Amino acid sequence: MANGSTRPVIGVLALQGDFREHEVALAACDVPSIEVRTLAQLDAVDGLIIPGGESTTIARLLLAFELMDPLRERIRAGLPVWGTCAGAILLAKEVSDLDRSPIGVMDIRVERNAFGRQIDSFEADLKVAGVDGPPVHAVFIRAPVIRDAGPGVDVLATLADGRIVAARQGRLLATAFHPELTGDRRLHELFVAIVADAIRTEAA
Amino acid sequence: MTSNGSSNGVQQGGETATWTVKAGLAQMLKGGVIMDVVTTEHARIAQEAGAVAVMALERVPSDIRAAGGVARMSRVDLIEEIQAAVTIPVMAKARIGHFVEAQVLEAIGVDYIDESEVLTMADDNHHILKHNFKVPFVCGCRDLGEALRRIAEGAAMIRTKGEAGTGDIVEAVRHMRALWGGIRHVQNAPDEELPAIAKNLQSPLALVQEVKRLGRLPVVNFSAGGIATPADAALMMQLGADGVFVGSGIFKSGEGLPEQKQVEAQLKMATAIVKAVTHFNDPAAIADASRGLGDAMRGQSVAQMPVAEQLAGRGN
Repeated sequence: MANGSTRPVIGVLALQGDFREHEVALAACDVPSIEVRTLAQLDAVDGLIIPGGESTTIARLLLAFELMDPLRERIRAGLPVWGTCAGAILLAKEVSDLDRSPIGVMDIRVERNAFGRQIDSFEADLKVAGVDGPPVHAVFIRAPVIRDAGPGVDVLATLADGRIVAARQGRLLATAFHPELTGDRRLHELFVAIVADAIRTEAA
Repeated sequence: MTSNGSSNGVQQGGETATWTVKAGLAQMLKGGVIMDVVTTEHARIAQEAGAVAVMALERVPSDIRAAGGVARMSRVDLIEEIQAAVTIPVMAKARIGHFVEAQVLEAIGVDYIDESEVLTMADDNHHILKHNFKVPFVCGCRDLGEALRRIAEGAAMIRTKGEAGTGDIVEAVRHMRALWGGIRHVQNAPDEELPAIAKNLQSPLALVQEVKRLGRLPVVNFSAGGIATPADAALMMQLGADGVFVGSGIFKSGEGLPEQKQVEAQLKMATAIVKAVTHFNDPAAIADASRGLGDAMRGQSVAQMPVAEQLAGRGN
């Protein structure tokens, strides 16, 4: 465990966006979290959430503060990461209309602003594979969609028209919507379980 | 202008224009810098620097001051050119109370409307009833009461007003301190005093109760009006802003330089302010961001301005 204790520490990338809402959600799951803005902070986490925000801005700040390459390397070495909206864009290997290279670690192709402008932002109920109980109430804000998913990627949720809005590839989770903006903690619990499982696997 | 629109052709059995998606976009802008731009070139510089959104204007506030006359919504063509030039959200300003300017801005698909005191007022008694719109609104405030009145009208985001176009941070600081002072007062008050506080604030009791419960405004709050340097931006973040608007501070910097040098200086200033907002609690990082900058905008001290020239008093 990165911090030497027995409980996982989940980092929330805090360069820009709604990182505080993820911290609140993790606290509600009784999981400690830290804000990640520096390399030292990145080194201290067992899992990372990349929040909603502006993907162009976050991509630039990852480069400006020299976090892009170290983060990519840690993900390749097995760091569990969950990207919501902008975070999902940054995880993708291929992104339409982003003027910087994304982190590029997940075998998905993402289209930015896939629904149009802010007036087309919407809320909808979704069935998400691996999340038991009633549908997940999903908030889409100038949201992307996952256009294609590679063979190693599990599609977790689609819209009525079949477009992919949640996917998982091993320890990487991508959602086009914002579970951090609702009181529903089930996706945070799913990610916490991914992190806990990764720690057990590494220890074994 | 109904709130359950299904006209956009990309409906997914979901609901558009809900309060959650209107206030939610502002959540995504937090920790970011929204920059005033007057040309597509400015817009591209702003996006290149890492702005989370741009405000499409015909003139930056300091030029609005200099030009005098009536300041109105920007030309539709200009806003549309800027929308086409960037992928980040585009905001535009409507005059206070001018709901038809707002209808026009909604029709062309701007992502946020700023009902702004920087423009000449269209109605000196009433603000726009912002709940009627699908597009979200940001409004200015000088204190808690003004913020809550705007939220009651439907503002999904607040900015403290400061004094636009001056490059003088003093009013931005005054308004931010007044807002948080009001919030702390509400938080410390026993429940039975909240109705009297609401009466004094001329604000709905339900919103005052929500402020007490949350310990902050129920929507995102940015700082505006006078930010001219990375240190100014970090100051407002340390005083409790969720992010900053920078108007004249970027595209009025580096004045007097040859054009290409000025563009470089503006990009540097914009990038530096973005970095300072991310690392607002890290003085070494703010110092880093501040290194190698040219001259900030010259500015104008608010203390030496006649009250009639100050914009913050417009709309209450």
